[in-house]
Amino acid sequence: MNTEVQKEQSMVIQKKMLGEHYEKLARARKDGKKVVYTFVPGNLNELILAFDMLPVHPEVNALQSGMRKLSGDYIQEAEKLGHSEDVCTYVKCDIGMLKKGNLGPTGEPLPEPDLLLLSYTGCFTFMKWFELLKQEYNCPMVMLQVPYQGDGRITPSMREYTARQLREVLVPVLEQVSGKKLDEARLAELLASSARAEDDLVYVWESGKHRPSPIDGYFGGVYYIGPIFTAFRGVPGCEAYYRALRQEVDFRIAHGMGPTTPEGELRQQKYRVVVEGPPNWTSFREFWKIFYDEGVVMVASTYTKVGGLYDKGFRHDPQDPFNTLAEYCLGCYTNRNLPARVDLIEQYIRDYDADGFLFNSIKSCNSFSAGQLMMLRELEKRTGKAGAFIESDLVDPRYFSAANIKNRLESYFQMLEAKRLAA
Amino acid sequence: MDYCYIGIDLGSTTTKAVFLDEQERVLGRGITNSRSNYELACQVAREEAEINARFGLLRKKLEASPRIGALAEPLMAVLSCNYALAQHLEQLKALRAECHGLAAAHGFEAGETGRINQALGRIFDALDQQAQADFFPGSAAASDFFRDLATSHYLKQAEQVTRELPVSFDRLVGLFDAAIIRVENHSFAGLYRQYLEFATGRASADERFAPFAAEIGAAVTDTAERRFNVLNTVGTGYGRLTLPFAREQIRSEILCHGLGAHYMFPQTRTVLDIGGQDTKAIQVDEHGIVTGFQMNDRCAAGCGRYLGYIADEMNIGVHELGPLALQSTKPVKINSTCTVFAGAELRELMSLGQKREDILAGLHRAIILRAMSLLARSGGVQPEFTFTGGVARNQAVTRALEDLVFENYGRMKINISADSIFTGAVGGALFAKRDPKGVMADLEIKKLNTCGGAPAGQPAPCAA
Amino acid sequence: MSIRAIVERCEDLYHDLDLGYVRDWKARHGAKAIGFMPVYVPRELIHAAGMLPVGIMGGADEVEIIRGDAYYQSYICHIPRSTIELGLAGKLACLDGMLFPAICDVIRNLSGMWQIMFPDRYVRYVDFPQSWVPAAYDFYRAELREMLHDLERLSGIEATTERLNRSIALYNDNRRALTELYDLRAEQPHRVPTSELYLLLRAGNVLEVSEHTALLQDYLGAARGTERPLRDNIRVVASGLFCEQPPLSMVRAMENSGCYIVDDDWVLGARYQHSETPQSHDPIRAIADSYMQDTVQTATRYVDDGHNGDYLVQQVRSRGAEGVIFAAASFCDPALLDRPMGARALTDAGIPYTAFTYSENTGQIQVIKEQAGTFADSIKLWGSV
Repeated sequence: MNTEVQKEQSMVIQKKMLGEHYEKLARARKDGKKVVYTFVPGNLNELILAFDMLPVHPEVNALQSGMRKLSGDYIQEAEKLGHSEDVCTYVKCDIGMLKKGNLGPTGEPLPEPDLLLLSYTGCFTFMKWFELLKQEYNCPMVMLQVPYQGDGRITPSMREYTARQLREVLVPVLEQVSGKKLDEARLAELLASSARAEDDLVYVWESGKHRPSPIDGYFGGVYYIGPIFTAFRGVPGCEAYYRALRQEVDFRIAHGMGPTTPEGELRQQKYRVVVEGPPNWTSFREFWKIFYDEGVVMVASTYTKVGGLYDKGFRHDPQDPFNTLAEYCLGCYTNRNLPARVDLIEQYIRDYDADGFLFNSIKSCNSFSAGQLMMLRELEKRTGKAGAFIESDLVDPRYFSAANIKNRLESYFQMLEAKRLAA
Repeated sequence: MDYCYIGIDLGSTTTKAVFLDEQERVLGRGITNSRSNYELACQVAREEAEINARFGLLRKKLEASPRIGALAEPLMAVLSCNYALAQHLEQLKALRAECHGLAAAHGFEAGETGRINQALGRIFDALDQQAQADFFPGSAAASDFFRDLATSHYLKQAEQVTRELPVSFDRLVGLFDAAIIRVENHSFAGLYRQYLEFATGRASADERFAPFAAEIGAAVTDTAERRFNVLNTVGTGYGRLTLPFAREQIRSEILCHGLGAHYMFPQTRTVLDIGGQDTKAIQVDEHGIVTGFQMNDRCAAGCGRYLGYIADEMNIGVHELGPLALQSTKPVKINSTCTVFAGAELRELMSLGQKREDILAGLHRAIILRAMSLLARSGGVQPEFTFTGGVARNQAVTRALEDLVFENYGRMKINISADSIFTGAVGGALFAKRDPKGVMADLEIKKLNTCGGAPAGQPAPCAA
Repeated sequence: MSIRAIVERCEDLYHDLDLGYVRDWKARHGAKAIGFMPVYVPRELIHAAGMLPVGIMGGADEVEIIRGDAYYQSYICHIPRSTIELGLAGKLACLDGMLFPAICDVIRNLSGMWQIMFPDRYVRYVDFPQSWVPAAYDFYRAELREMLHDLERLSGIEATTERLNRSIALYNDNRRALTELYDLRAEQPHRVPTSELYLLLRAGNVLEVSEHTALLQDYLGAARGTERPLRDNIRVVASGLFCEQPPLSMVRAMENSGCYIVDDDWVLGARYQHSETPQSHDPIRAIADSYMQDTVQTATRYVDDGHNGDYLVQQVRSRGAEGVIFAAASFCDPALLDRPMGARALTDAGIPYTAFTYSENTGQIQVIKEQAGTFADSIKLWGSV
């Protein structure tokens, strides 16, 4: 692998944004800023920013620990403390990191939370995770329960429940913790900015329909979601990032170029694949390489929709802040039932004219994984295309077997090739 | 000149090679145990296949001869077992030399080295003698791997010798373990003419064949000098990625197994392969092209290796498991095929007074239950159904498979080829022939520690 | 009925994976049946709509799994595998609908799988509030009303206030009998072997509620009169078994290892609330209030104050237990994520515990027996571990 990693301008911008955010976090106590720990799916970034608070996302810390090869130690630390081998490694990585000084990516300790904002969207483990953190921090914890779309739709009662919690429970708590009244104009402004960035993001996603695809909607995609899924949705910098990203994509479309991989442009696009499931973070590069070495481009993915399914029409609406936030939370990918997930992937396979589809089944993440094998059969039945199925984990290095995964994927790509030749 | 295509299947326990001619007929098959040196395992398997191909040609020649055609069958038996004997003796010689060499290099105190050498001398004399008794037409020894045969005899003799001499058994075993690895990393292929000469000599001494000695000699020389022009080689199997194959010369084992099964049984639609490390369920179309597949997940429960653990735990050979299980009248219900817990579960059942055969019958069913899940995952079982892999030789496994396929998909014949272990290699050879890119290249396998054979760097004796 | 006859009856029901009782009941009443998964569903609603609620708790160690494994990776618990196996084998065909309560991601996703597998069958994901605020009460009542509406449509029977109140009363009776049974076991554990209690609980998954209550009362009467020897066992609370149920052999092994189990959380839904649901003009509100205000604490229920585990400590104290056995199903997210918090509370309270995992079809009873036995011995010898 090249040591000189190819980077686009948008990546540079993003890196700067992140750097500044972590600096702000490091100074939070000094600056008198309040810190909110919260989760990515169904996050309430605009609301948090409207109170001038700083968000910290434990999943993001965990995935960064994974990419920086620290997660293995953290997980073992948590297991030593009695956490089971069987459960989510994001949780264990976070607990382990906490026990080892809670150092963030900058090497400085992350500030302790003033509030645990438990947005319970699409995953039960979130609830247990914050229950565990609540034992560590002497700060208030507040729940936003987002009902699950058991029948594949959002009912009025679900929407009302979610919006009412926002108004009746969260706002008072946020006001109390921040010591500020909610500034509704500010909230509307943030939401309007979000919607503009969302437009550009959707443009980027849909560019995957081009041949050759100018983006990788999975490996590249996890960078594209960075700002909008985390601390930046609603701020001008975020809008600027997506505008720059869109321009890059336009440039590549105009020049018939493929996406940028760590080893340069993906020129030969032999297969177009749709992916379901989060990536593995501990061997992210190695994992990606298996694909670009074979000329495989990921044209669309579901993981990049866990923090909002914007390409199906949803936009934050500044006119109706609480209902729009409720709608946003309810619509996140893992809050949809299995048949709805199958429908979405089927649409992606057709709309993005994919040759095949891949399930990366993650041990930690039952919200994604339980039932994926049935989804796979169902999709094979509906599309007549064969799917690939591999297993790995989010941040547990013990659960990424490169040889095993490579073996399966090679077989899969060779099968696609053999089928194509036979056709 | 014989043109041929080669497929090599580098499995976790055995490495297989198959030669196909231009009409896609099998010329020869070779197999060896996989070892730490993958390249050499490949080379040995290929050489074995080449010899097998030569013997095949020789048989044809002899059968066609008006004078000795009627004797071809017994003659071939004598020739091949003596060929194997010569090969075995040569390897024993090398093993003996390695053992002595290692003993000398180790720096035991003088008295001990002497005693060890004495013990080794006795052991290897006995092994040489044993070999003469082991190899006879139709004997099982000829199909055993050198490592397996040598190990069991050596241990027996070492036990005997340590009763007579003041030498440590562990020390002798230690020497053997180190030496066998070195011997396995030698290639003896260059000696094949010598082996053939030995075999021909033995055959000519047989009064049945003596009158035809000249003709036999000529036929042997002729086939020994036949040249195989290898047009293309394709590698497959678990270890394929460790080989310096060109990208075009590697095919996944899934594709090879699918095509190989189709070759052996052209009506095949579903293939189950249970290997040492993994289990595969494969669906193929009418041309043998794979349309879908599933492999066991990260958990190795229910693979061939699992049977190995069980055999170790019960202190019997793997090949004894099946026959024992078939004696069961009341199979025990076993739910877990977890390799990690296999031992504990087994001990628990034994302690509860369950019979070994009943436990084994339950275990065999449990393994096939896992395979059935994988088959279901891949799209079910469509006729014809072909079962491949080393485990297919275990009759208790095939019985359990027949039962469960019947219970879940109705009565269905299960294709099992006697050569099923070569399925992947056959598929590889077929891909070598069908190579869409038209690459015509023999596989370059580096020569390692070749003793007495072709000079290093030059393709093995089969190449033109 | 003698204890033996009662236990045999329960054991037959436990082993009857074809749900013969349910099919008979339906034929006798010309009515329908609704299945539900653990932990809790408001069975009163099903009952009031004239249908039989049937608890489906996997297949224990009695089902060979093929299709169930075909759909699940090795790192997912066992109960959905056996449930799918039973479903695809047609053994649950007598159930006219299936409810999947919101307890974890696996059971949640199973609801979607059921929708895919059985498109003609009624399937409902039952969402529960995890927040104890006014909006949550309204949400839950709306959920219950919607579900009741579905059930009424399915059965063709209107669940009037009267019918609902009657069902509430019958389930109150049942909970009262169960409370009595648990109290008796805690007071005189030798008179109520846990394996028998477990079978009685499991019988409640299928039996019509009044029939089950009668059976419990028969058992209570008979048990009080039995003379069984009091052993020198330690008293423990078993925790973490609320969803995937242990096989009967494991329950027996636990109690034969020198432990009297004096409280536990298996078949927890039948004992989910502490007191009775009142009769009222708005029974839905009453059922919702009971759920919101008056229940056990368990891993699938949100605790917002950081005091997870306090309930377990209380349970140990009120039952006079000497220790806790954490037994969780392998890969059970809620139980295993909850365990460190429970363990911490116990440690703070100076209560010893031991922990292991199992699966509903475990064949390694001996290991479990040894672990529980060692735990019992160490408490007997040293009063701690």
